[in-house]
Amino acid sequence: MELLSNLALGLSTAAAPENIFYCFIGVLLGTLVGVLPGLGPTATTAMLLPITFVLPPTPALIMLAGIYYGAQYGGSTTAILINLPGESSSAVTSIDGYQMARQGRAGQALAAAAIGSFFAGTVATFVIALAAPPLTDIALEFGPPEYFSLVVLGLVCSVALAHGSVLKAIAMIVLGLMLGLVGTDIYTGTPRFTLDQLELADGINFVAVAAGVFGIAEIFRNMEDEHKREGVIAKVVSLWPTKEDWKRMIAPILRGTALGSALGVLPGGGAILASFAAYTIEKKVSRNPQEFGRGAIEGVAAPESANNAGAQTSFIPMLTLGIPANPVMALMIGAMIIQGIVPGPNVAREQPELFWGIIASMWLGNLMLIILNLPLIGIWVRLLQVPYHALFPAIIAFASIGVYSVNSNPFDLYSIALFGTLGWLLLKLDCEPAPLLLGFVLGPLLEEHLRRAMIISRGDPTIFINFSQRPISAVLLTLSAIALVAVLLPTVAKKRQEVFVEED
Amino acid sequence: MTANRKDLICGLVFVVIGLLFAVGTRDLDLGTATRMGPGYFPLVLAGLLVVTGLIIAARSFGQPDVEFGGIPWRAMLLIIPATIFFGYAVRGVGLLPAIFIVALAASFASRKMTVPLAFALSAVLAVFCSLVFVTGLGLPIPLFGPWVRFW
Repeated sequence: MELLSNLALGLSTAAAPENIFYCFIGVLLGTLVGVLPGLGPTATTAMLLPITFVLPPTPALIMLAGIYYGAQYGGSTTAILINLPGESSSAVTSIDGYQMARQGRAGQALAAAAIGSFFAGTVATFVIALAAPPLTDIALEFGPPEYFSLVVLGLVCSVALAHGSVLKAIAMIVLGLMLGLVGTDIYTGTPRFTLDQLELADGINFVAVAAGVFGIAEIFRNMEDEHKREGVIAKVVSLWPTKEDWKRMIAPILRGTALGSALGVLPGGGAILASFAAYTIEKKVSRNPQEFGRGAIEGVAAPESANNAGAQTSFIPMLTLGIPANPVMALMIGAMIIQGIVPGPNVAREQPELFWGIIASMWLGNLMLIILNLPLIGIWVRLLQVPYHALFPAIIAFASIGVYSVNSNPFDLYSIALFGTLGWLLLKLDCEPAPLLLGFVLGPLLEEHLRRAMIISRGDPTIFINFSQRPISAVLLTLSAIALVAVLLPTVAKKRQEVFVEED
Repeated sequence: MTANRKDLICGLVFVVIGLLFAVGTRDLDLGTATRMGPGYFPLVLAGLLVVTGLIIAARSFGQPDVEFGGIPWRAMLLIIPATIFFGYAVRGVGLLPAIFIVALAASFASRKMTVPLAFALSAVLAVFCSLVFVTGLGLPIPLFGPWVRFW
């Protein structure tokens, strides 16, 4: 019954007029920006982050969460209507979604995505409410070795779930970790890698890295070849799914939700893997697999449910452990720190209104989204008609102001330029940016806990794997080792490629 | 003997970055495993990056080559200076002119941009951003800075 009283507390917080208003503004802005082609949830959240700085913590985080799932939603609309997914998690949706749209069934595809997402969001909210308290209790017992091992497991997972080369993902993580160490060493106060620039004493601005790698780099990518990208926007005739559609949607939505809720918790790319895996499973169990790729509604409903459920449950490690599962969660952690909240298990204990308010607001936000997206779809379609060359100057302007407003530090703008270029180069070399961002956020944490643990153990590295003394740490590291060996095994590597190749 | 150009370049990029970081730890105290100094962990990471980079580069040999593709010179030459200019000048010229200039310069990154559209777009963006961020959200940036304020 504690669950119900917690949810009641959350709902009363989330339903306060101020919070409901900012939740609405968040999902609205998120959809608005997310629907623009070429802008995924990470770039959207990074750009809109500064708007929340003027708010008190609870509405700020509620709004930020709204921006995230709003952007996710907007991305699916783009994927279905013009076959241009904003971020990889909606890439699968565009396979069958765009085919449906070409057959004049765009409305049904959008409805399937919306209904699936809403159902998944509702279930995932309960999953968070159920899973968060016990995890928080465990996390309160964590010492430096446990945290170190947990971060290692997180990083290994994000390698395993990144699509593309495992080695490149490892290199991206290590690069991210090192970039995260730039700044003043917390133990000795020694400046590290600051090139004698005072502006770098606090480290590289995370928002600048995110906006550069996900925003500017993407613009460079699109400017490589401008002739290719004229998509035809599908018309939305009727929204209502037929009886047949409903019948075919229900089971995929249920399976997608279950898969997404479970995989979303994993760091790295839980939501991406979930949508790919959901699609693969539907294709396997379907009685008419030949329809996949030609406009099967299951191929929209399942991955969209999975990806929305995963997006929700990715809040679990962030809220309970203070560890981000994806780059957007890393931005949320950044926002918490700016608001003066230390992310981690203490948030639930010390600020239950904030904690449960965010969780309850997700369900409200999902409800608003279904209203915003289905009846108002005409507005979003019109927005899609804005040509890209009229759009990207706005992205650059917003990114510039957004990054500048974090610290009013001119240096951060130089960082955007640098990371935009570096990000473009790495994208070009088939390196995924998400692991770099996770490494960047987790670098300082990893080093701090490693150093503390080594001091506690008086230099004995077995502290991390000594099962009798530190069982949790030992289990976490064993899991990491198994995961790492597994992705490097040739047979698993092949299977892994198959799951991610579905895109073509 | 062919090599996958992308993987080869990728590996070398990581090796170079790793080496640069390793050089950066030169003046930092390494400490011991028990009491790690500020240089310990970064040096370990730099070594790891160099090794990973070398493996990526080594494995590129014997693979079929792939096209590197185009480089968006025009976009880079306009957008990179535009953002740097914004950082350098926003306090001096103020938000409104800074956004106008950034948007105007960036606009021409696209070959499809026309001059009238670029000016119109930049003006709209400058006014919109000023209203939202300064008037609405109260960001502490002047609309017109000391460099351009002659009144």
